[in-house]
Amino acid sequence: MTYVIEMLNITKIFPGIIANDNITLQLKQGEIHALLGENGAGKSTLMSVLFGLYTPEEGVIKKNGQVVTIKNPNDANALGIGMVHQHFKLVENFTVLDNIILGAEPKKGLFINREEARKRIIELSEQYKLAIDPDVTVENISVGMQQRVEILKMLFRENEILIFDEPTAVLTPQEIDELMQIMRNLVKEGKSILFITHKLNEIMAVADTCTVLRKGKKVGTVKINETNKEELSRMMVGRVVEFTYDKKPVKPGNVIFEVDGLTVVSEESKKKLVDHASFSVREGEIVCIAGIEGNGQSELVYAISGLIKPQSGTIRLKGEDITHKSIRYRNDLGISHIPEDRHKHGLVLDYNLAYNLILKKYHTSQFHKWGFLKNADIYEYSDELIGLFDIRSGQGASTRVRSMSGGNQQKAIVARELSLDSPLLLAVQPTRGLDVGAIEYIHKVMLRERDKGRAILLVSLELDEVFAISDRILVIYEGKIVTELDPKTTTHEEIGLYMAGGHKEDHHEQ
Amino acid sequence: MSNSQNNAFKNWWGKIRKSQSYNDVISLMIAIGAGLIIGFIILLVSNPSDAIGGFLTVLLGGFTGGAQGIGDIFYYATPILLTGLSVGFAFKTGLFNIGVVGQYMIAQYATIYVIFAWTWIPSGMQWMVGLLVAIIVGGLWGSIPGLFKAYFNVNEVITSIMFNYIGLYLVNIMIKSGPAFDLYKSETKPLPATSNIPKLGLNQIFSGSSVNGGIVIAIIAAIVIYIILNKTTFGYELKACGFNRHASKYAGINDKRNILLSMAIAGALAGLGGGLAILAGSGNKMATGEVLDPNGFKGIPVALLGLSNPIGIIFSALFISYIERGGYYMQMYEFVPEVIDIMVAMIIYLSAFSLMFKLMIERWNIKKRARLPEKTKQEVES
Repeated sequence: MTYVIEMLNITKIFPGIIANDNITLQLKQGEIHALLGENGAGKSTLMSVLFGLYTPEEGVIKKNGQVVTIKNPNDANALGIGMVHQHFKLVENFTVLDNIILGAEPKKGLFINREEARKRIIELSEQYKLAIDPDVTVENISVGMQQRVEILKMLFRENEILIFDEPTAVLTPQEIDELMQIMRNLVKEGKSILFITHKLNEIMAVADTCTVLRKGKKVGTVKINETNKEELSRMMVGRVVEFTYDKKPVKPGNVIFEVDGLTVVSEESKKKLVDHASFSVREGEIVCIAGIEGNGQSELVYAISGLIKPQSGTIRLKGEDITHKSIRYRNDLGISHIPEDRHKHGLVLDYNLAYNLILKKYHTSQFHKWGFLKNADIYEYSDELIGLFDIRSGQGASTRVRSMSGGNQQKAIVARELSLDSPLLLAVQPTRGLDVGAIEYIHKVMLRERDKGRAILLVSLELDEVFAISDRILVIYEGKIVTELDPKTTTHEEIGLYMAGGHKEDHHEQ
Repeated sequence: MSNSQNNAFKNWWGKIRKSQSYNDVISLMIAIGAGLIIGFIILLVSNPSDAIGGFLTVLLGGFTGGAQGIGDIFYYATPILLTGLSVGFAFKTGLFNIGVVGQYMIAQYATIYVIFAWTWIPSGMQWMVGLLVAIIVGGLWGSIPGLFKAYFNVNEVITSIMFNYIGLYLVNIMIKSGPAFDLYKSETKPLPATSNIPKLGLNQIFSGSSVNGGIVIAIIAAIVIYIILNKTTFGYELKACGFNRHASKYAGINDKRNILLSMAIAGALAGLGGGLAILAGSGNKMATGEVLDPNGFKGIPVALLGLSNPIGIIFSALFISYIERGGYYMQMYEFVPEVIDIMVAMIIYLSAFSLMFKLMIERWNIKKRARLPEKTKQEVES
């Protein structure tokens, strides 16, 4: 058996962590080889080693059986290895064509031969069914097309081995389906693909082989037609993962939180981003705001948490009107908030873990005396939370949060917010970008808190999540709450119709 | 030394070796060393025969002048310690206070003004009132860019540069119309001896030098700033805002107030520096002119070299003052004064490269660890 690429016994060490520990990965000609693992398992590091971004401490890389050294991405390119990064590397104000040829421009004398480039790009895009427009600037095209441009960049350089680093994280469901088809076309034409992901459905749909990493070590390599989702998730997480939860029947108590006629207007366009939203949340229930991204969810939550001012309407917490209160007042009165953007709002990345865990409590007498921080108490408290929520990091409470994995950063936020013991929890996409193990964990914690009597307002874009944990579903469309649905009786299709702006009447007529 | 003591020492040393600040200090040392070597090359090029003598003089720094020279190190370190503290404090809270000069000069004039105008102050109290006014005026001047930044999101770098010139010309106007104006010399009258900061006996230890209690006040200021930044909830808020304004706001911290206060404190520190400089010796005065006081800008390299850490800034101010005194004594040799400035600048400039050296040290440490056998590797990690 010959392999196009073999990475043998690769070891890569970073300060305080072994990112790859003696990992072997073998890629066959013409296959889609998935690389599966949780956040921080070492997938991206391994691929960066292959692409020449990191030099490994130990191990060799072979191409077609020959040992090669890859010191930088140019070496990788020369060997026919190309990579689509999770965050695209495109020049925003260049055209699609210029982006594709950048660094590999066909020349005529001193000038760039754009005509030849255009011909080849159009050929390639037809051959692989990659629809693009070569003459628009990249800042004006959709994320899906940007990704196709990245793929064409690799094809233009005649790369044979294509690395996709979590390519679906930024795509819509339709774009994901298209990408899967593109990947199938690529291998049909003889390319070999390494596909980094932590989404099991995608692997089952498209991959031939899968190598699973856990905590920097290789767990094993399996053939997709001889395995199933459950086995893969067990390999990835190290234990059996539940995809459905045994939910206790909801026992809602008093109304703890009410929003009445809330309207938020955009400062620039004067458009109503939230339009007369009214709803309430009771103790011990999870109310979910479902909707397509950009329909006013973020603004609704910002208005509730106090980050932006609503134009009209009232917000009541525990019967008290908090519409015009400060953020600090709301937090102290009883709002916990797992924010949408954990790097922008959720964490001070350059503070250590302990200082992040007290971000909403440092001003209480628990952690200061006469304005002086009680550091001993702070670290003791942090160690307790770290144990309780199983937050993993290099140097415990003293770890700089920036160096932690996304899942553990999110766990830190969840730990901090839940330990506030506030009656209301605002959770905005609490599982975005997390792997199955972490998602399961956060869902279970939320259900546990609900059973304890906490009121939870969940904003989610993932219908699976909506159905898994919510007790009531409010659908938001263009800033309006268009309907309330019961997850036990409704269907994906019905919610989808409301999310897309369809009306109940239309639905019945169909 | 007994065995257990020996082990305790090893543990203590091991902890220091692994700490972040150890790498910081070592990389700074390498950077300064590299600066010195390049400085020496500059001397060699400009005047080979005197290069070694001149270089040794720089290395000896203020010591060349004996007790007086040592005292002068402290004397010249005082204002730049505070302007450095001003820049460093603002850095730590995420702001770049390039308006130190303006705050420094306007506070200086305010000090002169109160000494001459408020004649009711008893003579022993003059310096205290003078410093207090310097702090307040510097703080107010610094808070204007802070106000613009916090409430109108105007970049503080632009406003504080503008306020340097506004400050400079305002001082010119005020000198001419104020009670201390000496019409014939176009400068203020010299400050009376009664307004000087007490010498605290330092002038006897370092006889002949102008050193005074100002250096003590400066060091106390640095320690107070260190405590505020690292031990208090106020410092926690300020740094949080500096690192991530959005997350701070989300956590309920009043980000606008903190930005304003940060700039006010930075301005107050620069103002204190101005006050300490002008009240340091009898006969000090301010001239009208077009020149921004270099002590203001020196705060930037002092803060860089001290890694913005208040305690580090004490040492970096002393170090820069030491090297500059060395440059002063180098005039004994046949060097153009500019060469001396270039060399001193080279050392300061290269010290900013310490980050690069730090990365090199870290990489080297990793390589060393990779060579360890499996078992020790785990120990190192735990």
